[in-house]
Amino acid sequence: MTTTAVPVQSLPAGPSRRGSTRRARRSVYPSWFYIPAIALYVVFFAVPTFASFYFAFTRWSLFDSTFIGFDNFVQFFQDPQLVNGFIHTFEYGFSTSAIKVVLGLALAILLTSPVLGRGYLRAVVFFPVLVSTIGVGFIFKNLLDPFHGMVNAVLGAVGLPKPGWFTDPNMALGTIAGVDVWKGVGIATLIFMAGIVAIPQEYYEAARMDGASSWRIFRSITLPLSRPAMGTVIILSLIGGLRSFDVIWATTNGGPGFASDVIASVIYKEYQFGLYGLSTAGNVILFLVVTAIMVPISWFINRKEVEL
Amino acid sequence: MRRGLIVGAAVVAAGLALAGCSAGGSGGGKVQIGYLVDNAPATQATAKKFVAAFEKANPDITVKIQQKPQGADGDNMVKTKLATGDMEDVFQYNSGSQIQGDHPDERLVDLSNESWAKDVTQDFKDSVSGNVKGAFYGAPFGTTFSGGIMYNTAVYQKLGLSVPKTWDEFLANSEKIKAAGITPVLQTFGDTWTSQLFVLADFANINATDKNWAKDYTANKSDAKYAKQPGLLGFEHTQEVFDKKLVNDDYASLTNVNGLKALAEGTAAQYPMITTVLPNVQQSNPDKINDIGYFAMPTSDGTAPHMTVWEPNGLYIPKSTTGDKLAAAKKLVAFASSKEGCQIQVEAQLPTGPFATSACTLPSDVPTLVKDEQKYQDDGDTGLALEFLSPIKGPNLEKILIAVATGQNTAAQGAALYDQDVTKQAQQLGIKGW
Repeated sequence: MTTTAVPVQSLPAGPSRRGSTRRARRSVYPSWFYIPAIALYVVFFAVPTFASFYFAFTRWSLFDSTFIGFDNFVQFFQDPQLVNGFIHTFEYGFSTSAIKVVLGLALAILLTSPVLGRGYLRAVVFFPVLVSTIGVGFIFKNLLDPFHGMVNAVLGAVGLPKPGWFTDPNMALGTIAGVDVWKGVGIATLIFMAGIVAIPQEYYEAARMDGASSWRIFRSITLPLSRPAMGTVIILSLIGGLRSFDVIWATTNGGPGFASDVIASVIYKEYQFGLYGLSTAGNVILFLVVTAIMVPISWFINRKEVEL
Repeated sequence: MRRGLIVGAAVVAAGLALAGCSAGGSGGGKVQIGYLVDNAPATQATAKKFVAAFEKANPDITVKIQQKPQGADGDNMVKTKLATGDMEDVFQYNSGSQIQGDHPDERLVDLSNESWAKDVTQDFKDSVSGNVKGAFYGAPFGTTFSGGIMYNTAVYQKLGLSVPKTWDEFLANSEKIKAAGITPVLQTFGDTWTSQLFVLADFANINATDKNWAKDYTANKSDAKYAKQPGLLGFEHTQEVFDKKLVNDDYASLTNVNGLKALAEGTAAQYPMITTVLPNVQQSNPDKINDIGYFAMPTSDGTAPHMTVWEPNGLYIPKSTTGDKLAAAKKLVAFASSKEGCQIQVEAQLPTGPFATSACTLPSDVPTLVKDEQKYQDDGDTGLALEFLSPIKGPNLEKILIAVATGQNTAAQGAALYDQDVTKQAQQLGIKGW
């Protein structure tokens, strides 16, 4: 999952709490140490973000810009591929997030139980997260080639149908979602594992003594107490899924035709063709859409959080 | 304090030494220039031979070859490098609307006063100029090439077929080829740019019936749109070959290079393509290269098919190249029109059509396909491709045509989408009337 552009509201850090624990411990380093990081942040993140809000209203060629008001936004919404792109983005974001949550929780329960080869399995589940996304994209593009790829060769050998993974317009987006889940489920599993391990063992012992079945234990103890972890996974994977670009670009370039285009690839194509103002407007739209989706979800997930 | 001074002096001395090293070839009297070329195997091989011959004739200049990707990613890189002033000293790139859309008057060095400028054809000069009268910015590198149907002459001979002049004849030939178990029409969407040929290679035919179409198209006149005939024909042809199942099974993932192999080997018979890809056949199937012929896109209204001509790539020098490097860069560009340079272009890169400068002439042993093209040129049945007559080319044509060719859109829908697509580019270029 990628770094987030939307700040996530979690535990409120009130000044009183900080004061009471920090007063006794003054930091060895002066606050001046913040300056380089703040400078980099402002120059490379804050300034371009605010500048982009201006350039979204212009026709821009990187050196001169003419103010054209909302024309870019109107043109963006008139683009017939854009509605398509929006639908694909939501399908892709929500489905990859849901699968990562379910699969991540299942794998986490497996990998926190005394199963044989647990350390090895944990490494295997997490390793795809570390590999370069573009590399993964190209490798899967070759593996899933409908006529020369290894996967279809195996399927054909056992007599199963050989689908056009990335070349069938109806399947392309689903296949990419599958690759993305393979790559990202490791992080979800890791976060869930941290959440499950934090549940005190006494609850499990008490439940087993009362004769609860495994399913009952899962439903009444594990699931509710891993809600903070689940909230984190949902938020991170949904933001990443809605903004996802590299897997899609490396495998299909948004193709065949426009069948697997998402907003991020539509924006990138417009940037590629030199339509800088239009692509900046697209980025602003993406920012607003992701914020509009994530802020309510984040509030809903975290509203029951209390300080321990 | 003294220790600090010594350490400081050592750091400065080391810095100066490093700066001296990185200043490059100027230390020994050699000038080094960079040369950006795209990464296709044939292009890279030619560039290496060209540079080797140039360095032999100019021992005080070294040329470093840099690679760029092909297709839209490569266009993106060129746009960005020119915009940020970061371009290599010489770069090879398309002529026509690609370079004309990159502000050539502001970003490229004018070459109209060079010694070789008078030999270049006016068509080529028109395709590498901007708005400044009399100035042009590129030297032709390589031969012209044409778009149409590349076909396997051995298959045609075996099945007793003759070159089709009308679309109905083309379909009839294709059905006969299909009955013989050979793929009638190749499509290779593993390389998305190849989807455009039914539309782009038909333009000389449109131009032959209506000389003003390109001008009207640029001026946003409502009759010159792809959603109307004769522009719609290319889109309809793209849809028709799919609806009639005349294409290969792996059309969605086959690459251009592998498609050419199939054409050369005779497992496919016809490939709507631009002839510039011929060097790939020379690399993969050199013994079969004379089995490949060319005919222009057939027509549906009885006019003789016209060959759609693309001007060759140009060698350009960005304004960011100055001083010694500029002089060296101009020498490299001039070398393309010299006797040795022409010979290299003929030997190292297979001629794919006639030359765009009278400084170079075609040898007599060129492949069959080039002889076929020469015949169209000799008969006068040619026309420039649209991108040389109009700066407008929408960015999404290849994707739209793939959507038509895979059944996601009809020809009419695709053409309407493309007409809408060019609006964005026309407005960005600031063309009147949009």
